[in-house]
Amino acid sequence: MSETADRVKKIVVEHLGVEADKVTEDASFIDDLGADSLDIVELVMAFEEEFGVEIPDDAAEKISTVKDAITYIDEHKG
Amino acid sequence: MFDLTGMTALVTGASGGIGSAIAEGLAAQGARLAVSGSNADKLERFRAELGGDHVALACDLSDAAAVDALVPRAVEALGGKLDVLVNNAGVTRDNLAMRMKDDEWDQVIRVNLEAAFRLVRAAAKPMMKARFGRVISITSVVGQTGNPGQANYAASKAGLVGLSKALAQELASRNITVNCVAPGFIRSAMTDVLPEAQKSALLGRIPAGDLGRGEDIAAAVVYLASREAGYVTGQTLHVNGGMAMV
Repeated sequence: MSETADRVKKIVVEHLGVEADKVTEDASFIDDLGADSLDIVELVMAFEEEFGVEIPDDAAEKISTVKDAITYIDEHKG
Repeated sequence: MFDLTGMTALVTGASGGIGSAIAEGLAAQGARLAVSGSNADKLERFRAELGGDHVALACDLSDAAAVDALVPRAVEALGGKLDVLVNNAGVTRDNLAMRMKDDEWDQVIRVNLEAAFRLVRAAAKPMMKARFGRVISITSVVGQTGNPGQANYAASKAGLVGLSKALAQELASRNITVNCVAPGFIRSAMTDVLPEAQKSALLGRIPAGDLGRGEDIAAAVVYLASREAGYVTGQTLHVNGGMAMV
């Protein structure tokens, strides 16, 4: 598992208050992890802060699973 | 009660009549302020009068880019957090609707309504992180009742109420409340210019028999900004001497 994946999962666990083993790469934030749209906004803000990337709104809208987040961050972090 | 010690607040239109009373009221309860206004000199004089370690941030609210930058500037100047946003700044460009120019409409909507939206949108971010926030927009009795010659102003003020109700629902789960205070006729530069005949006609419609004072509005804002008001959201507190009961 990549370092990015570890950090993403840690943030998701902290923000959504879910069990770490539920945060698989295929897990959907909304359908599987109980996030609402405001949680997604907060997660995106947390990812931006943690990784120093900017995730514009149109990209954020396409992030629906843990894997989507990891992929986007890996492709865009400096 | 209503102690604001340790809280930070951004107040727009702070050098105006009602705005300065609001700023003084919040400061008196212990909040640290970023006061904003369009006239840098007037604003700086007001900040100096306030004393304390408040900061002045001049901003033209009809300039979208400047408005978007205002909350980040305030957060930085206030040590990294913003607990309270008071959207107080407002302009009038009165005219009968049939004679109203596009720019009279645009200017009022831009400053009174659009700037408020831009500021709340920006302020929601630090407030969500902090799991605490108070947004208070100063609307007007005419947003509820209408007023001839003020189609633009009444629309902008009614718009603030709808904006606040939507945001109140979006942000309630994060302990952020979004409310309005609706002044009636308050002694200010805006009411000073009314003709005498209109002023006395006005007083006849106010059961309290007098114009309100800036302090009356400030007290309502202090309440809504306080920790004690945490269960109040999406509301409009009317402060109007009884001239409209809604």
